[in-house]
Amino acid sequence: MKLSVTVNGSKRAGDVEPRVLLVDFLRSNLRLTGTHVGCDTSGCGACTILLDGEPVKSCTMLAVQADGRSITTVEGLANGANLSPVQIGFHEEHGLQCGFCTPGMMLVGAHLLEHNPNPTDEEIRWAISGNICRCTGYMNIVKAIKHAAALREAAEVVPRETAAATAGGE
Amino acid sequence: MATEVHMHGRIGESIKRKEDARFIRGKGNYLDDIELPGMLHMAILRSPHAHARIEAVDTAAASQMPGVVAVVTGELLAQHKLAWMPTLSYDTQAVLATDKVRFQGQEVAAVIAETRNQAEDARDAVVVDYKVLPAVISPEQAKTAGAALIRDDKENQKDNHIYHWEAGDQSTTQAAFANADKVVRLHTFYPRCHPAPLETCGCVADVNGATGKATIYMTSQAPHAIRTVFALVAGLPEQNIRVVAPDIGGGFGNKVPVYPGYVVATAASLLIGRPVKWVEDRTENLISTGFARDFHMTGDLAVDKDGKMLALRVHLDSDNGAFYSDAQPTKFKAGLFHIVTGSYDIPTAHVTADGYYTNKAPGGVAYRCSFRVTEASYLIERLATNAAIELGMDQAEFRMKNFIKPEQFPYQSATGWVYDSGDYPAAMNLALEKLGYAELRKDVEARRKKGEVTGIGVASFTEVVGAGHGAEFDILGLRMFDSAELRVHPTGKAILRMGTKSQGQGHETTFAQIVTEELGIPAADIAVEEGDTDTAPYGLGTYASRSTPVAGAATAMVARKLRDKARKIAAHLLEAAEEDLEWEMGKFYVKGSPDRAKTIQEIAFAAYTNVPEGMEAGLEGVHYYDPPNMTYPFGTYAVVVDVDKGTGQVKVRRMVAVDDCGVRINPMIVEGQIHGGLTEGFGIAFMELITFDSEGNCIGSNFTDYLLPTAWETPKFELGETVTPSPHHPFGAKGVGESATVGSPAAYVNAVIDALSPYGVTNIDMPVTSDKVWAALRAAGVNE
Repeated sequence: MKLSVTVNGSKRAGDVEPRVLLVDFLRSNLRLTGTHVGCDTSGCGACTILLDGEPVKSCTMLAVQADGRSITTVEGLANGANLSPVQIGFHEEHGLQCGFCTPGMMLVGAHLLEHNPNPTDEEIRWAISGNICRCTGYMNIVKAIKHAAALREAAEVVPRETAAATAGGE
Repeated sequence: MATEVHMHGRIGESIKRKEDARFIRGKGNYLDDIELPGMLHMAILRSPHAHARIEAVDTAAASQMPGVVAVVTGELLAQHKLAWMPTLSYDTQAVLATDKVRFQGQEVAAVIAETRNQAEDARDAVVVDYKVLPAVISPEQAKTAGAALIRDDKENQKDNHIYHWEAGDQSTTQAAFANADKVVRLHTFYPRCHPAPLETCGCVADVNGATGKATIYMTSQAPHAIRTVFALVAGLPEQNIRVVAPDIGGGFGNKVPVYPGYVVATAASLLIGRPVKWVEDRTENLISTGFARDFHMTGDLAVDKDGKMLALRVHLDSDNGAFYSDAQPTKFKAGLFHIVTGSYDIPTAHVTADGYYTNKAPGGVAYRCSFRVTEASYLIERLATNAAIELGMDQAEFRMKNFIKPEQFPYQSATGWVYDSGDYPAAMNLALEKLGYAELRKDVEARRKKGEVTGIGVASFTEVVGAGHGAEFDILGLRMFDSAELRVHPTGKAILRMGTKSQGQGHETTFAQIVTEELGIPAADIAVEEGDTDTAPYGLGTYASRSTPVAGAATAMVARKLRDKARKIAAHLLEAAEEDLEWEMGKFYVKGSPDRAKTIQEIAFAAYTNVPEGMEAGLEGVHYYDPPNMTYPFGTYAVVVDVDKGTGQVKVRRMVAVDDCGVRINPMIVEGQIHGGLTEGFGIAFMELITFDSEGNCIGSNFTDYLLPTAWETPKFELGETVTPSPHHPFGAKGVGESATVGSPAAYVNAVIDALSPYGVTNIDMPVTSDKVWAALRAAGVNE
């Protein structure tokens, strides 16, 4: 079946078996391997992407269901060399260790901040509760997302063009 | 004095991680990201039964399916003498079953096809006739007369018993028990759980038909050891095997063993002449690869009326699954479990262990722990709290009374360990202070009077990590040294390669910092590489918290070797005598003339352009470090819980963790390791369970049944540190990766036991789930 999707701002077309999962389409057909497979049953969130801006576990969705829609993967977070606030936050606050859950965590964090620019610890913990991290124990992930919130807030007060560059693909 | 220069990245600095750059951009290179030209995909057919005889395997239909290149059976492997492989514990394990299946999920056949979907479709078309046999699912069943014989493939195996093992002194222990005022007994089951790294196991095997070179990309924590095992198993010349461990998405012990999938994929690539990829799905990972624990333990602690520990007697039955393939040092059949006297000065102890085959997955690994230290720490810490409660003493005070005292180090334990250093009262005092223990104790009493169920748990663990030394510790005869190779380039930048393999621990940053400290090259100028056996020096890998104690020591030693050579070059450049030179971070200068100096970068350039007459060019070296002793990290953890009487739900209100891992290289990374370990410990204490029904069906085969902590349940942690350097490590480090998983389960469970102690409850086996707590309260007559 043919499908056409917008991935990280670019139009991409594909021709896949109906049973092909969205995560496999992204990883194998488009070679966007930053989206990971951890559990196959939507239990871990390593495959989280943003579909029309909403976090979705791409291992439990067919590729063809994404036809005509817009997808953001981890590769779309930065704007060229400019990292997005969540990426900076994860690095600065040691919010990652093995890195396997990190793309999903950052996308969920970016989505949260779009809707709730100044979340509490509890709100962050609830937002990322569909994503499992085996390494960090979550405390630094919470800090990382708070760090990103502060960066976004600081960016609000600088001129619009600079802010867009800093915020990257979010 | 020479001018002060700040060197970024020295030991003790929390510099940000070098490896983050690729991971935050989605540019890590994990196993499943590897795609080679012409690559095929493999799917494994697994047994639905725990114990069954294979009557027939029919691959005819599967072979005709679209895209199928080959169907591999045990019979086919047997023709190449590959149907069985040796395990890391001197047993044998089936690669693909030929005679019987011995656990649910065992590998029976493999299909290799153009795509993964095609391989899986054809796998489902393989028809196997099974004659189902009774399943044995516990040591208790395994030792029953008339129990089904699991390992009838082994000529001299007449029952399901694998090993008997002892440590300590039986007669002095017996005598001490005879004179004890009180004996406290705890029988507890440390259930089977699973490391469940977020990335499953897999490999891409690429055997070049023309050259015979086998390149195997593999999710391995120990690539060199795997290479040697492959050379021995497959009879391939070792120079023709290259194992590459790419970025690894968490290991926690799960990625130490050799799995049948690796062997089959390699054999298939050899036979077919194309690369073959095999990646487990989550269920395959949970039901067939290295599990953890599964120890049934009985501990007796003899004490006198004043609360002084007199003797410890422990017996354990170990459930090893269908093949004895524990990954652990050869000498020690139950791992390093005999560290079970823990932090206490117990004059005598006797430990006995028996291992049993069962119809469960094989591969006892140390889930974020040093070879069964977790089980030992859990038992003694549970016993300590139970004993204190029984004696009417305070848990903390009871521990203080029995600690090995700081002046007793080096301390020889009753089971033969020589503890390197420790200050247990300091860690305890800091934990109590951070918690506000005295006040909280009063608060607990006040709450209990109001009918609340609440308690405090303490655990003061001591680990034994950093194996070897090589004379005592080996795996399949390979001595457990580790290695580092350092090359300083002409421009003063460097590459460091080690025999270990990071799975998220931050080696690219931490090990660069060791070089910075020793050689004065900024951490940012040092590339750290691991995991490629063609380029890295031989090492035994990363597990058992051994990277910093062993490879970290090797790194310091090789840097010191290079500094010695740098001194000679500097003397030549400065036209001064070697002994007249002073070393200061990053440079040599002439004593009394700080302006006459050469930086390490200038010296490195000279090493390739202007060496003294007769000196070899270059500035590089390698060091193989065989540690003189293990290291003994320790700490005290304290937990406060509230229990809902109506539902049995346990809520962790506070968690204070004071760790002493000796000198900390990068405190940020160390704390991250501790957070992770405390979380896995929380999961083990309250959530994680691999169990089986009476037919041997695995319950816990996906993340809906095998529960891992999320951000929502996981408590917040309050950390503290004391620093007692290891006296035998080059810069005093002890290793930290596993302390928190080793120490915390007992702290969490002790808090629940303390909360339930007014109701006479002395044990709840992990995971301490709401239903068990609820049942314990009901049994004690609480009906709310």
